[in-house]
Amino acid sequence: MISTHLPALQIILPLLAAPLCVILRNGTLTYWFAVVVAWLAFAVSALLLQEVNAIGVIAYKLGGWAPPWGIEYRIDLLNAYVLLIVSAIGALTVSYAKPSVDQEIGGDRGYLFYTAFLLCLAGLLGVTITGDAFNIFVFLEISSLSSYALIAMGRDRRALIASYRYLVFGTIGATFFLIGVGLLYQMTGTLNIADLGERVAAVGPNRTITVAFGFMAVGLAVKAALFPVHAWLPNAYAYAPSVATIFLAATATKVSIYVLIRTYFTIFHHDFSFGVMALGDIFMVFAVLAMLAGSAIAIFQTDIKRMLAYSSVAQIGYMVLGVSMATVLGLTGGMLHLFNHALIKGALFMAMGCVFYRTGSVSIESMRGLAARMPWTMAAFVAGGMSLIGVPLTVGFVSKWYLLLAAMEQNLWWILVFLIIASLMAIIYVWRVVEAAYFMPSSAGAPTDIQEAPMAMLVPMWVMVLANFYFGIDTKLSVGVATRAAKFLLGDAS
Amino acid sequence: MEWPGLYNYWIAIFLMVTGLYLVMAPQNLVKKIVGLNVFQASVFVLYITMGKVTGGTAPIIAEGIEVYSNPLPHVLILTAIVVGVATTAVGLALVVRINESFGTIEEDEIRELEEAQEDAS
Amino acid sequence: MSHHLVVRVVAKLLMPFIILFALYVQMHGDFGPGGGFQAGVIFASAFVLYALVYGMDAARKVLPDGALRIGLALGVLIYGGTGVLGLLLGGNFLDYSVLAHDPVHGQHYGIFAIEFGVGLTVASAMATIFFHFAGRGANLDEMEE
Repeated sequence: MISTHLPALQIILPLLAAPLCVILRNGTLTYWFAVVVAWLAFAVSALLLQEVNAIGVIAYKLGGWAPPWGIEYRIDLLNAYVLLIVSAIGALTVSYAKPSVDQEIGGDRGYLFYTAFLLCLAGLLGVTITGDAFNIFVFLEISSLSSYALIAMGRDRRALIASYRYLVFGTIGATFFLIGVGLLYQMTGTLNIADLGERVAAVGPNRTITVAFGFMAVGLAVKAALFPVHAWLPNAYAYAPSVATIFLAATATKVSIYVLIRTYFTIFHHDFSFGVMALGDIFMVFAVLAMLAGSAIAIFQTDIKRMLAYSSVAQIGYMVLGVSMATVLGLTGGMLHLFNHALIKGALFMAMGCVFYRTGSVSIESMRGLAARMPWTMAAFVAGGMSLIGVPLTVGFVSKWYLLLAAMEQNLWWILVFLIIASLMAIIYVWRVVEAAYFMPSSAGAPTDIQEAPMAMLVPMWVMVLANFYFGIDTKLSVGVATRAAKFLLGDAS
Repeated sequence: MEWPGLYNYWIAIFLMVTGLYLVMAPQNLVKKIVGLNVFQASVFVLYITMGKVTGGTAPIIAEGIEVYSNPLPHVLILTAIVVGVATTAVGLALVVRINESFGTIEEDEIRELEEAQEDAS
Repeated sequence: MSHHLVVRVVAKLLMPFIILFALYVQMHGDFGPGGGFQAGVIFASAFVLYALVYGMDAARKVLPDGALRIGLALGVLIYGGTGVLGLLLGGNFLDYSVLAHDPVHGQHYGIFAIEFGVGLTVASAMATIFFHFAGRGANLDEMEE
C-alpha cells in the first residue's frame, strides 16, 4: 500500500514534521526528529527513482481528483533525479547540523531552525514533485519564506539586510513566474504541466504566450541567481548560519534551474523555446558572463564563504550553459552539474562550517596555518576544491567534460576557451585558501587552542567528500539518469 | 476593439510598473515593502480579470442561472494573497530587526554602516 | 487606551459579536462563501481590538504565547492529519470521499476539518504577528500620552 503513496509521503513527511518540531520545542529532541525525517524523505526519493527507472512516469492524484482538474504529482526521470539530490543533501546537512546550530543559533532557539529547515525541505521537494504550474509557485514561496527566516538567523547583523534583499528579489521573481502562469492559464484554461505542454503547442505562438514566456524567463532567472540578476545571492550565503548556507547553496538554486528546464522543455516545447524564441542564445551569453564574472569576483574576496558564493554564481552559469544548448549532450552536462555542484558546494561549505565552528571566522586571515590544527577539515576543503576546479576522478571533471563535449558537438569553440578560463580562475581562488592554510604560519594574535571539528560534523562532511570521488569514478547512476532524462525531455527515443 | 478596450489590463499594467518603481526607487525599507504589495496587487487584478465571464454571476449553483464566472482564478488568487500577507509579515519583521540592530531603515545609511563593518573586520 | 470608558465598554460589548461572526463564517465555509482564512482573520481581530484597548499585558494573559504556538502548529497538523486519515482509509492523500460511507458526506466532513485547521492556524498566526510587532516597540499606552 505504501508504495502507491510514495509521492505524497515525500511531501507529507517534512511538511508535517515541521509543526511537530514547534510542539516538541526541545533542541536535542527536534534535532533527532529532523534527522529521522530527513533520512526517511531520502529513502522515499530513492525508492521513487528506482520505481521510475523500472516502470516509467508515476502520476499521483492528490485528493483523488483526476488531472487536469485536480493537482497531480507527476514524477518522471528528471524530477526523480532532482528529488534524490535535494533529499540527499537535506539528510546529510541536517545530520551535520547539531554542533553548529547549537553554537550559532543557541540550543533554546534551535527548534525554530529545524522547523524552518524542514519547511524549506518540504517546499523544495514540493516544487520538484508537483505537476501543477500554480502549485510550483506555492511551494516555491514556502521554501523561499523559510529560507528568508533561515538566513536571518545568522549571527552577523548583516544577515538581516541580506535576507531582506533576498526577500525583495525572491518575491519579484516568484511573482513574475506567477504572471506567466496566469497568462498561460488565460490562453489554455489549464494549470497541469503535461496538459499545458499539449495545449500551448495547439494554441500556437501568439502574443500572450510570448509575454508569458518572457515573464517566466525573467522570474526563473532571478530565482536561479543567473548573472546579472544574482545580486541577492553572495551576501545571503555569506552571512547565513553555516548549516543554512550548506543547504541553500546546494539545493535552492538547483531547484529553480529544474523549474527552468521543466518550463522550457515540457510546457513550451523546446523547438519553440530554443528555436523560435532563441532563448538558448540569450541564456548562453548570460551563462558565459556568469562563469567569467562570478569567478573573477570570487578571486578578490577575503570572506571565504562569500568567495564560495560568487563561485556558485559561476557554477550556475555552467548549468545554464548546458541547458541553453538544448541538445542531449548539453542538457546531460547541465543536469550532471546540478548533481555534482550540489556535492561540491555541500562539501566546501561544510568545511567552512567546521572552520567557523572552531575559529568563529571564515576570513582568509583566520585560515592561516589552519591545516596543522584542523587537518581533516582542510583536507576536505582541498578535495572539494579539486572537484570544483574539475580535476579528473572528481565529479567536477565529469560534468565539465560533458559540457566540453556538448560545446564541441555544436562547434562552439569559443565556449571551450571560456570554460577553460573559468576553470583556471577557480584554481586561483581555491589556491588562495590552500596557500593560507598549508603554507603560511598562523597569524600572531590567533588563538592557539583550536582543535579539529567534532566527529558529528566530520563524518557527514567526509561522506559528502567521498561522494565527490565516488560519483567521479562510477558515473553510472548520475550520467545514466541524466542522459535518459535529457533524451526523455527532448523526445529522443533512441 | 476600441479604446480603452479591457481597461482592467491597463490598471494591472499601471499597478505593476508603479509597484516595481516603488520597490526600486525609495531608500526606505518599509516603502519598498509597500511597493512589493502594490506589485503583487497588480497580479491579483490580472487573475481576477481573467476569471470574469461576461454576464456571469457568482459561481454558486442556483436555479435559472446558466452562466457563471470562473471561480478557479479567485481561488488561486486567494492563495496568492495569503502568500503575499506572509511575505509582507516576514519582510516587516526583518525591517523591525534591522531597525533594532542598525538604528535606521534608510538603505543608504545601512549601506554605509555595512561598509564600515566590512572595513573593520 | 484603557482610560477611555466608552471605548472600553464598547470593545467589551463587541468582542462576543466579532467572535460569533467569525464562527459563523467558519461554519458556513463548507457549503457557501466563507471559510477558514476569513474566519481566522476575523477571530484574531477580536483579540487585536482587545490588545489595543486593554494593553498588551492583558491580551497576553488571554492568549499566552505558548497557546498561540500550539495553535499554530496544531492547525497545520489538523489539516495534514485529515489528509493522512484519507490515506489510511484507502484513498489518496487529501481524499475526503473515504472519510464516511457516503462520498458526499465524506467530502463534507473533510472540508469541515480542513477549514477548522486553516482557521486555527490563521487566527493564531494573525494574533502572533500582531503581538510580536506590538510587543517589540514602545508600550501602546505610553505612546498615546
